[in-house]
Amino acid sequence: MLDINRISKTFNRGTVNEKRALSGLDLHLAEGDFVTVIGGNGAGKSTMLNAIAGTWFVDEGSLLIDGTDVTRLPEHRRAAYLGRVFQDPMTGTAASMQIEENLALAARRGKHRNLRKGITSKEREAYREQLKILELGLEDRLTTGVGLLSGGQRQALTLLMATLQKPKLLLLDEHTAALDPKTAAKVLEATDKIVGRDNLTTIMITHNMKDAIHHGNRLVMMHEGHIIYDVSGEEKRKLTVSDLLHKFEEASGGEFANDRMMLA
Amino acid sequence: MNIMALFNALPGACAQGLIWGIMAIGVFITYWILDLADLTVDGTMCTGGAVCIMMMLSGYNVWVSLLAAFLAGMLAGLVTGLLHTAFGIPAILAGILSQLGLYSINLRIMDNKANQAISVDKYSLLVSLRYIKGVPFYRNTLLIALLIIALLIGLLYWFFGTELGCSIRATGSNPNMSRAQGINTDLTKIVGLMLSNGIVAFASGLYAQYQGFADINAGRGAIVIGLAAVIIGQVVFGRIHGNFAFKLLSVAMGGVIYYLVLQVVLWLGLNANDLKLISAMIVAIFLAIPYLKGKHFSKPVKKGGANRA
Ligand SMILES: Nc1ncnc2c1ncn2[C@@H]1O[C@H](COP(=O)(O)OP(=O)(O)O)[C@@H](O)[C@H]1O
Ligand SMILES: [Mg+2]
Repeated sequence: MLDINRISKTFNRGTVNEKRALSGLDLHLAEGDFVTVIGGNGAGKSTMLNAIAGTWFVDEGSLLIDGTDVTRLPEHRRAAYLGRVFQDPMTGTAASMQIEENLALAARRGKHRNLRKGITSKEREAYREQLKILELGLEDRLTTGVGLLSGGQRQALTLLMATLQKPKLLLLDEHTAALDPKTAAKVLEATDKIVGRDNLTTIMITHNMKDAIHHGNRLVMMHEGHIIYDVSGEEKRKLTVSDLLHKFEEASGGEFANDRMMLA
Repeated sequence: MNIMALFNALPGACAQGLIWGIMAIGVFITYWILDLADLTVDGTMCTGGAVCIMMMLSGYNVWVSLLAAFLAGMLAGLVTGLLHTAFGIPAILAGILSQLGLYSINLRIMDNKANQAISVDKYSLLVSLRYIKGVPFYRNTLLIALLIIALLIGLLYWFFGTELGCSIRATGSNPNMSRAQGINTDLTKIVGLMLSNGIVAFASGLYAQYQGFADINAGRGAIVIGLAAVIIGQVVFGRIHGNFAFKLLSVAMGGVIYYLVLQVVLWLGLNANDLKLISAMIVAIFLAIPYLKGKHFSKPVKKGGANRA
C-alpha cells in the first residue's frame, strides 16, 4: 500500500542550521498494516509523515501510494489518498467553522469542489450517525463551532474527518500526546475501533512505548532519519518496554538516557 | 453650528456610507474570511469608477459599465493572487505592488486625466448625490444602494455555502488543515481575492456615479475606510448572535456608521483634510482594543478560538 524508497531530506541546506532530517529512509507497508513508530526527539518521525503527505518534496528517493507515484504530487492532490491527525489538536480542524461544516469539508477530500451545496441535509444525518462512534455526544452538537470544543473533542473529530472517506493511508502523529490521560485513552480507543472496522493501513507515531507495543501489528524505531529496528507479528507481541529501551541504547550509544522516551 | 445643516447632510452621508459599505463587504472577504490584508483595494477603488465612467461616456449602459468595473476589479485581484501564490510574495507586498501598478493603469483608463466627470443630466446614472431628495422613491439612491446590498448579501450567502465557498472559508480559518483535506489553497486565495476586488471595483463604479466623476485619488486610504467599516460593524453588532448574512449586513452598516460619524466630525468644524488622520486613528484604536483586552484580561483568542482539554 505504501512504498517509501530511500528518501532523504535536508533542511536549511548550506546554512549553519543545515539538518539532514531523513537519510535514506526505506519503508514498505502492506494493505491493512498498522505500524507504530517510536524514536527519540528529532529522530525524523514527523518529517517522515510530512514527506508522505507532501508538505514539501523530498530531495532523493520516491514515494508510492497503492502503486501510484506521488513523489511530485502537491500536498492538496495527495490528500485524496491520505487521512491525517496531527499532534496539536488545533491543527486538524477549522476553528471558525461548525462541526458539520468541518465534516463536510473532509467528506469532499480528493473531489472536485464547485458550486454545489457545501453540505446537504442527507449528509447531516450521516454525520450524526458517524459521530456516535466517538462517544463524546458530538452527534447532538452538529452546528457547534469547532473553536468551542476541547482539545480532546477536536482531536477525536479530526480522527473522524480523516477516516470519513476511507483513506488509503492513515497518518497519526502523536495524536494523543497533547491530551490528558483519560481523553488520550478515549481517542486511542476510537482509533482502534475505526482502524479495525475499515481495515485501514495506518502509521501511528507515539512516544508512549506501551501504546506502541499494544497497538498495531508492526513496530518500527527511527533514529537519525531512518529506521533502525522493525518488528512485526509474534516477535512484536512479545516485546516489552525494557526490550525497546535496550534497543534504543544500543542504537544511540546510551545518549537516550536523558531522553523523554525514558519517561514512557 | 447649525443643527439643521447636520440633519440635511445625513441622508447624503447615509448614501455614501451604504456605497462604502459595499466596498467594506469586499474587504471583509479578504480580511475576515481569508485572513489576508489586501491593499490592492486602494487601487481597485479607483479602477472601478474609472472603467464605469469611461464606458458610460462612450455610450454603454450603466449595468454593462458596472459589470465591466466588476470584471476589472477581479482582474486586479487575480494579479495580486498570482503574485502572492505563484510567486511567493507576501500578501501585503503583493497588494502594494498591484496598487502601485494600478495607479498608472487607472490614469490610462481615464485618458491620462486625473478626473473624468459625468453629467447626471445627460446620462442615466443608477445613483447620484442629486437622487437623494426630490426624486420618485424608486430612483432614490438610498433605496437603490440598500437593494444592491440586499442582493449582494443574498448572493454571497449562497456562494459561501457552496463547496467552493466553504473551501475559501476553510483556507482562511486553517490553511494547513485545508490542504490536508485536499483544498488547493492557492486557488481558493486567488478566487477570494478576485471576488473581493470585483466587489470593491463595483462599489467604486457606484461611488464615481454618486459623486459625478471618477477620480485618480478615489481609492487613497480605501483599505482603512473598509477596515473601519468591518471593525465598527463587528464592534456594534458583533455581540448579537447572528449568521453569516447578518455579519455581512453589519459590515455594510459599519460603513454607514462610519460616514455618519464623519459627518458629525465635519459639522463640529474639523477640516476635511484631517479626515484621513481621524480615520487612521479610529481604525488603529479599534484594532488595538481586542489585542489589549486579550493581553490584560485573558488569552487572545482569534476567530472563535480554542479550548484545550
Ligand atoms: N520544516 C523544517 N525546517 C527545518 N528543520 C526541520 C523542519 N522539520 C523538521 N526539522 C528538523 O528535522 C529534525 C527531525 O524533526 P522531526 O521529524 O519533527 O522529529 P520527531 O521525530 O521528533 O518528530 C529535527 O531536528 C527538526 O528540527
Ligand atoms: Mg514529531
